[in-house]
Amino acid sequence: MSATEEITPGQVEEEEHAVEAEDALFGRPFELSGAANPRGLWGDLVRDKMGIVSLVFLVVLAAAAIFAPWIAPDDPNHGDLSSSMLPPVWNGGTWSNPLGTDWQGYDVLSRLLYGARTSLFIGIAVVAVAGTFGVLIGLISGYKGGRTDRWLMGWVDVQVSFPGLLLAMLLIALVGGSVLSVTVILSINGWMVYARMTRGVVLTVKERPFVEAAEMVGSKSRRVVMTHILPNITTPLATLAVLEFARIILAEAALSFLGLGVQHPTVTWGLDIARAGDHELFGNQWLILYPGILLSLTVLAVNLLSSWLRVALDPQEREKKFAATATAGGAGAGTGV
Amino acid sequence: MGRYIVKRLAQGLLVIAGVTVFVFVVTRMVGDPVKFMLPLSATEEQRDARRAELGFDRPIPEQFVDFLGDLTRLDLGESTYVRNQPALDVALDYLPRTFQLVAFGMVVAVVCAVPLGILAARRPGSVVDRSLTTLSLVGLSVPQFFVGFVLLIVFTVQLRWFESGPGPWQKNLVLPAVCLALPAIGRLAMVIRSAMIDELNTQYVKVAKAKGLSQARVVAVHAMRNAAIPFVTLFGWEVIRAFAGYTVVVETVFNWNGLGFMAVQAIQNNDFFLIQAIVFVVAVLVVIISLLIDISYKLIDPRVKLS
Repeated sequence: MSATEEITPGQVEEEEHAVEAEDALFGRPFELSGAANPRGLWGDLVRDKMGIVSLVFLVVLAAAAIFAPWIAPDDPNHGDLSSSMLPPVWNGGTWSNPLGTDWQGYDVLSRLLYGARTSLFIGIAVVAVAGTFGVLIGLISGYKGGRTDRWLMGWVDVQVSFPGLLLAMLLIALVGGSVLSVTVILSINGWMVYARMTRGVVLTVKERPFVEAAEMVGSKSRRVVMTHILPNITTPLATLAVLEFARIILAEAALSFLGLGVQHPTVTWGLDIARAGDHELFGNQWLILYPGILLSLTVLAVNLLSSWLRVALDPQEREKKFAATATAGGAGAGTGV
Repeated sequence: MGRYIVKRLAQGLLVIAGVTVFVFVVTRMVGDPVKFMLPLSATEEQRDARRAELGFDRPIPEQFVDFLGDLTRLDLGESTYVRNQPALDVALDYLPRTFQLVAFGMVVAVVCAVPLGILAARRPGSVVDRSLTTLSLVGLSVPQFFVGFVLLIVFTVQLRWFESGPGPWQKNLVLPAVCLALPAIGRLAMVIRSAMIDELNTQYVKVAKAKGLSQARVVAVHAMRNAAIPFVTLFGWEVIRAFAGYTVVVETVFNWNGLGFMAVQAIQNNDFFLIQAIVFVVAVLVVIISLLIDISYKLIDPRVKLS
């Protein structure tokens, strides 16, 4: 891990060279043009087609997930063999099962809606828990410095090298899979990125005059951290949280797929893909494809939204995007990973 | 260099110690391995008897000392799923299959990612660049087990080109390796792309071009070497991710009988000691790989000071 840190200064240097080179090319300092975004956040989003489509998709999905008990055609765990394998509505089915039913007679659309509920809830819960804990540790580590910093970052370094998925499997095998246990284990596995990011921001902000001024007029360290340092984290934290949200949805799906996540009767996409994969790989493969495609689209939308957010919130990225538009006639940086 | 390796080894031991404590807390204090090992129908007396047999009824500190003693003697208990074999031996038996899969998958990833990344970097913002960037984002967003099923549906069920499961590797390794490689291709291509864009804008590349060197030579000899540094970092992470998690999912989809597949089998068959042994084997593996990555920086970039 320490060798990675050794390299970073070199990379920063290179990035600075690139910045200087671009400055020379376009003759405009970064800070000036990046200081204000004339269109505002919303105006920026409307112009980013992928971004706005993703946002609309996620809002619709979230609404469908929240209101699933009212809009779903059926109870996701209700069905019997007499109503199994009904075709979707465009293939001779009825509107009481718009996407048809599976081999157990469960309504496919209802299961998709309830699956969204589980995925989005766990995603949000884990981001909230892991984010809060990670930011707290990062703040303490960066602000206190010295021995506290070394110990806390040592802890982060050690835990980052854990085989996370296997430990999650072990824990869930022993305590049983539920929304709560999955949320806890994914939070335990995921708080370290927030801590590292927060610490990095704190270290750069700590030396700035406004923090020193606050300390000099006698503000308590809690006040300095909360009112002067914490607001600087908002921008990178927002981008990171959205990215992590996508990663958590994938992780939850993987655990559920292995049968080590949320258990029946709670519905999740990962478990449904596994069930359909066991049962219908040589039969009606759409039962695998529906939850899989919806899961992929959700993660893709979150990722697209995060790359828009990164560009929109970061003045330097916005400048890069401007440069790309000016030279190549296309917004190249917009979809960067 | 020597001192650095010693220091990194110490750090690696710290990771193993961390995993040890975590596993101990999870298995002896949070969860109940006996409840996991015995069928649900077992009576409380049977459970108590097994607890006493395995020593799980003694005070926690005593158990911890014993646990550490067993670890240093490389005694991780006996597997019940693979009858009467030491769990560690069983885990090590299945390791080569996973190595095979990861090695092949990573070769596929690098062979695809490097040319794609360079291609995208040649004209940032062009149609080629933007489509590759979007494609790699799609590759990152699709869950690996779903990619696996799509590959199975298309190539095994519909086209019947490949089989799945343990069999001749030429026929059965292709799909799992491609499945393992896909998200890595997206991430690696993007790193190559941004590193190459940075390098191609530097003065030394401009000088090389001005001297009249061919584009191919400038890219291959001058820019590539420097762009390799962030690439190696990320490639190392890909290998670690593959061992520490991705292979579990991929091997399960394709019934590839490696370590990850066995981990799931062990859990499904209530083989507590085997899953514990697999966790330790993978933890050690991750430590060794990250050490190798850190040392390889020095070989690529003499400017790096190892400390």
